[in-house]
Amino acid sequence: MTVLELRDVRKVYPGEPPVESVRGVNLAVEAGEMIAIRGASGSGKSTLLHLMAGLDRPTSGSVRLDGQRVEVLTDLQLAGLRAWRVGVVFQQFFLLEALTAVENVASGLLYRGIPARQRRAAAVEALERVGLAHRMRHKVTKLSGGERQRVAIARAVVGRPAIVFADEPTGNLDSAKGGEILSIMRELNEEGTTLVVVTHEERVAAACQRFIEIRDGVVVS
Amino acid sequence: MSDVLQDEKDAVGTRPQIKRSRLRLYDLIPTGTLGLRTRRTRAVLSALGIAIGIASMVAVLGVTHSSESHLLAQLDRLGTNLLTVVNGDDLGGTEVALPATAAPMLRRISGVLAVAPTAQISTARVYRNDQIPTGQTGGLAVRATDASLLDTLQGSLKLGRFLTVADAPVTVLGHDVARQLGIVRLDAGTRVWLGGHWFTVAGILDPFTLAPEVDRSALISFAAAKDLLGYDGAPSRIYVRTDPDQVTQVADLLAHTANPANSFQVKASRPSDALTAQIAVKQSSGALFLGLGAIALLVGAIGIANVMVISVLERRAEIGLRRTLGATRVHIAAQFLTESLVLSALGGFGGVLIGSGVTVGMAMAQDWGIAIPPVAIGGGFGVAIVSGVLAGLYPAMRAAALSPTDALRTTG
Repeated sequence: MTVLELRDVRKVYPGEPPVESVRGVNLAVEAGEMIAIRGASGSGKSTLLHLMAGLDRPTSGSVRLDGQRVEVLTDLQLAGLRAWRVGVVFQQFFLLEALTAVENVASGLLYRGIPARQRRAAAVEALERVGLAHRMRHKVTKLSGGERQRVAIARAVVGRPAIVFADEPTGNLDSAKGGEILSIMRELNEEGTTLVVVTHEERVAAACQRFIEIRDGVVVS
Repeated sequence: MSDVLQDEKDAVGTRPQIKRSRLRLYDLIPTGTLGLRTRRTRAVLSALGIAIGIASMVAVLGVTHSSESHLLAQLDRLGTNLLTVVNGDDLGGTEVALPATAAPMLRRISGVLAVAPTAQISTARVYRNDQIPTGQTGGLAVRATDASLLDTLQGSLKLGRFLTVADAPVTVLGHDVARQLGIVRLDAGTRVWLGGHWFTVAGILDPFTLAPEVDRSALISFAAAKDLLGYDGAPSRIYVRTDPDQVTQVADLLAHTANPANSFQVKASRPSDALTAQIAVKQSSGALFLGLGAIALLVGAIGIANVMVISVLERRAEIGLRRTLGATRVHIAAQFLTESLVLSALGGFGGVLIGSGVTVGMAMAQDWGIAIPPVAIGGGFGVAIVSGVLAGLYPAMRAAALSPTDALRTTG
């Protein structure tokens, strides 16, 4: 089953001159896949990630995410899609520093409107999946970079979304910690999570089943 | 072509329904207070701005109300139906005599309940004893009167008894006289040196709010004044107690009745008017301070708005993250509005407490009854909430207007 399908997707930012960050990308991700989108800084890969994750709409072309056409959805529908069907992991983790690890993970379910107790139970389970159950009551400010990224991954997968996007997930980590994160992502993928990893690192791309290369907003391989 | 048809078919509903993004009301408070918990000092300081505004408004209303209630209670106790009749003062400040017939004539006016004539004896002074130099009068006066004074003024004695008809050299001291002469106890030997004679002190009066001149007088009987001090029998100040419903009618007749020949010299006044005027002054100054309180509140609200705007700028990443997690614009706006509301509610609560505390302290210091109008408490809190909403509205809308990608990109 195709979870994500891009057809001739373009994104143009208005200005003088207009900037075309993504130029006619075609891409399909099947359920259960783990693919990498590799590109140098400024290649348009972050814009592409925003388009794929339903955070932005394409200027032209079609993004079909979990069976929904992103470009025709309203803001409210897009928010619903993100709350229920999409998980995102960021390079900078974006954790809420006042909260503990388990509270951060539970916040991944905050906008589904489910009771706090259920969110917490799911968060504990997600932390176990990333091997961080023993640190769940710690404030995230007390965790190491690798641990923080694992919390962020747990938050992305806590709601068992149809697809998880990771934007440079190892970018802020040393190679040992980066390796741990990669193996956790591989384990999650083996458990059935569909993963799209955006990276500039060869090593990360190599860890995925397949990768596509993007340069100047165009898929080159 | 077939693709387009397929897409249109999808759009009308063969695709799975998208579940809605929802934020439970129960989760709004912890979500909305997250920023406050992270930056506590800033939260306390910005709530303080509102608190000061609300506190000053509550305190102004409370203090004004308490002192007003005190004055009103005083008025209620003293009555507004006491009138005084004087013939004016001479250059030395001594009261000018009225005709000797004035008091009996005043008693005849319909609506007059009681009349008490008094005569200031300008030739006599009162001293603690005969060793005091005559120049040290202490501003105290000697006043002749009769037994009707206490009833007419509805006054009371602190110690001893009042004057009776049979009294010879006996005096009853006004409240201030007793204090100034240092007389706190009475026994058979308590005497004062008055007009060149020893007078036994028979009693000490409680203060008269509506007749402060009595407080500063040593009272003696008309008989004693005539026999010992050469008093000629004409009163200089007459107190008139009227039927409460006929005060104005009686007041209009006083001057002419008291001194038909020179009625224009006679001044009839209503001492309680001074208290009424005090209330009016308090009310108008209260309005002024209330205005100042409102300005303080406005400054406080602007402070909150300012802090909220900064908070929105600082927390773009959090806004981006929350949008990624599925928050709608309304959820983001609600979060920031909640934050501003909680800030102002805390400020309002603190302000009501501080304002009430100030009122209680002030009332206790002044010996007033504590009267904080409920409208000050409810209104103070309500105004705080409203200013919180107004202060939070713009920052919340700014936060909500931020697109997820902008919020994420600027922090990336």
